[in-house]
Amino acid sequence: MSPSRWTDEEFDVRLGRLLQVGVIASALLVAAGGIVYLASTGLASPDFAAFHGEPDRLRYVRGIVHAALTGSGRGVIQLGLLVLIATPVVRVAFALFAFARQRDWIYVAITSTVLALLAAGMTGLI
Amino acid sequence: MNTFEFSALVGGGAFVAGLLGAMTGLGGGVVLVPLLTTVFGVDIRYAVGASLVSVIATSSGAAAAYVREGFSNIRVGMLLEVATTLGALGGAYAAGILSTTAIGTVFGIVMLYSAWLSTSPPADRLEPRPPDPLAVRLRLDSSFPGPDGPVAYHVRNVPAGFLLMLLAGVLSGLLGVGSGALKVLAMDRAMMLPFKVSTTTSNFMMGVTAAASAGVYLHRGYINPGLSMPLMLGVLAGATVGARILPAARPRHLRLVFAAVIVVLGVQMLVQSLSGRL
Repeated sequence: MSPSRWTDEEFDVRLGRLLQVGVIASALLVAAGGIVYLASTGLASPDFAAFHGEPDRLRYVRGIVHAALTGSGRGVIQLGLLVLIATPVVRVAFALFAFARQRDWIYVAITSTVLALLAAGMTGLI
Repeated sequence: MNTFEFSALVGGGAFVAGLLGAMTGLGGGVVLVPLLTTVFGVDIRYAVGASLVSVIATSSGAAAAYVREGFSNIRVGMLLEVATTLGALGGAYAAGILSTTAIGTVFGIVMLYSAWLSTSPPADRLEPRPPDPLAVRLRLDSSFPGPDGPVAYHVRNVPAGFLLMLLAGVLSGLLGVGSGALKVLAMDRAMMLPFKVSTTTSNFMMGVTAAASAGVYLHRGYINPGLSMPLMLGVLAGATVGARILPAARPRHLRLVFAAVIVVLGVQMLVQSLSGRL
């Protein structure tokens, strides 16, 4: 029992670090994009009362990366949000790896199911 | 009001929501949408999209601190994430079909119910119970750090907890919230986890649940970068501070304060939805 407990704790620490890196990277991108966005549109009136839906280029991974690379503030924010959405997915993938190393097959199956459901939600983005 | 002032106000409101949400385990998400719609006049679809990404930030920011402290139960979290992600996908698809009035009304009812749940007295669990065979088989029993060393606990009623989590997932995907109240109810009451374990495990799970439906929302064009930016940054800062001071805080008092905020915003949400102003 004790070797597996040690692995659990080590796993917890690494998981915590992983979540932190993902969130910090995302926050930095969102903040950087936010500065560009506010510098260009800060003095205009906010327009969120009527729903238009985002343009296609801010709905897909390829379009978002392209918009961010061209220096669009909204594009960089959206890229940061994409990193944020990816963080829990990477976390689940990491858990799958950790459970497999522990040869905990019940949790390998459970974690694979969660990962498959997450993938189903992301299919529209590619 | 220009965009700069709007962003500053939204960011400040989100900071307070993130702080209270992380400290009570009820999540900031439940107040973000009503804050945006009833106070700032934002369309509910944009509000739900921005709230959803902020919920991921709250969850991941707080979880990073909690995981190190050893309160969350990763096996319980992962098992229940099967239910919440499945429900979240269903909720996200339903959000594309239902009218904004219907979503706003469901939102108001869920808020009032959450507030009521969070203030009703916790179940008596003084009598010792034998371990639950299913929980033992799934290796869910664990311990958390107490003042005098690790405190062991047993997990109960796994199927009931799983079903409640399915509903929590549907509401999360439909309303862009973390469904923290329902998650804490499932783990705290049904599965008999200690309060801090259910709070932190719930926070830990919210990010995965919200990520399942966030993909659907992003694809649908509901996630607006200009609105999400101040909301996400504010909530993240609030949740990070909230998670740091959690071990010293008294959950009972916090729950009452947060419940009062939820009731006020929930009533406003219902009134505006039913009068067609949403």
